[in-house]
Amino acid sequence: MATDTQLDLWEVFIQGRNGSHHMHAGSVHASDKKMALQNARDIYTRRGEGSSIWVVPANSIVASNPDDADMFFDPADDKVYRHPTFYVMPEGAKQI
Amino acid sequence: MSSNTAPAIEDARLSKFEERVQKGDAIEPRDWMPEAYRKHLIRQISQHAHSEVIGMQPEGNWITRAPSIRAKQILLAKIQDEGGHGLYLYSAAETLGISREEMIEQLQTGKAKYSNIFNYPTLTWADIGAIGWLVDGAAIVNQVSLQRTSYGPYSRAMVRICKEESFHQRQGYEIMAMMMKGTPEQREMAQDAMNRWWWPSLMMFGPHDSDSPHSSDAFRWKIKRHSNDELRTKFIDKTVQQAEVIGLTIPDPELKWNEATGHYDHGEINWDEFYRVIQGNGQCNKQRIAHHKKAHNDGAWVRAAAEAYKVKQAVKNN
Repeated sequence: MATDTQLDLWEVFIQGRNGSHHMHAGSVHASDKKMALQNARDIYTRRGEGSSIWVVPANSIVASNPDDADMFFDPADDKVYRHPTFYVMPEGAKQI
Repeated sequence: MSSNTAPAIEDARLSKFEERVQKGDAIEPRDWMPEAYRKHLIRQISQHAHSEVIGMQPEGNWITRAPSIRAKQILLAKIQDEGGHGLYLYSAAETLGISREEMIEQLQTGKAKYSNIFNYPTLTWADIGAIGWLVDGAAIVNQVSLQRTSYGPYSRAMVRICKEESFHQRQGYEIMAMMMKGTPEQREMAQDAMNRWWWPSLMMFGPHDSDSPHSSDAFRWKIKRHSNDELRTKFIDKTVQQAEVIGLTIPDPELKWNEATGHYDHGEINWDEFYRVIQGNGQCNKQRIAHHKKAHNDGAWVRAAAEAYKVKQAVKNN
């Protein structure tokens, strides 16, 4: 008997209902995309949790490195003027 | 990895890690973490996953003998949930760098444990009620606490599992309640299941805090949030009233309400039995692992066929 295989790793993203974002739900093992979708359905939507599923081979995901997070996200740190609360509104102005 | 790093850098990383954990930050798979944290989690999460999967066996024993179609549908759904819980947890453990193949091997060779409770047999239909109500009830107390564990993927798996477990406990309690409204034989059967499952359920929380070998790091790193004894007490406090409502007697003559602590005091747990079962000498240890190996080996051709199909499709599409 050849060495055991537990098939490939896929990441699962589920849209709870139409109009919402697909959110990461977890992972499944499967040998191809059809099996990955079916396994994701059986494992993550047994109680109607989803209206749509995406499955992505785990090795296709590119992720930022947590060690570089400070540097990587630094450009956003000193730009408070990107937030609406930065601006001083004239006294008495409404609906702005 | 860490052996090549200068000790000063290592110390700095450790204190940064501990600071984050103290602040209540979740640790994610690609964050730096101490090796002992990684090892502790792999041991705990894989043991938890194995428990879910092995736990399918004692319940599976009653699928073909469930007393009604309704009961059979419910039991099938519950067992399918347990399989799903095992898969969430295996995935969480895999993010720490152990493969599913390794975990299965560790289970089958006895290197990894699973919850002792599943080494007890399910002799009557009332045992299915007792497992849902008591065993899942005890598991929920533990899992609710683990929803706030410091490792992100483990915590997320626990949140998902807790949502599903309350159905398990309620269906078990319903079985017990129904039997207690039945014939004298059915009531006796329910009480007998209670008598056999009560003490092993208390043992599920593990040794007393004073004898618990893995707990100090686990608390410092917020893997565990409550001690074994705290959780056990919480379970007893909830369950006593539920037993009273349906007329079941808890098989502990020393069980009594303690006005001063606001909790129940319970009699001595038989730890000799606990360690005897852990060491492989429970009623079903051999059967559980033998069955797991058989199912695993019987399914090998399916996995091989799926792999062969994948290769063939890849050739066809190129």
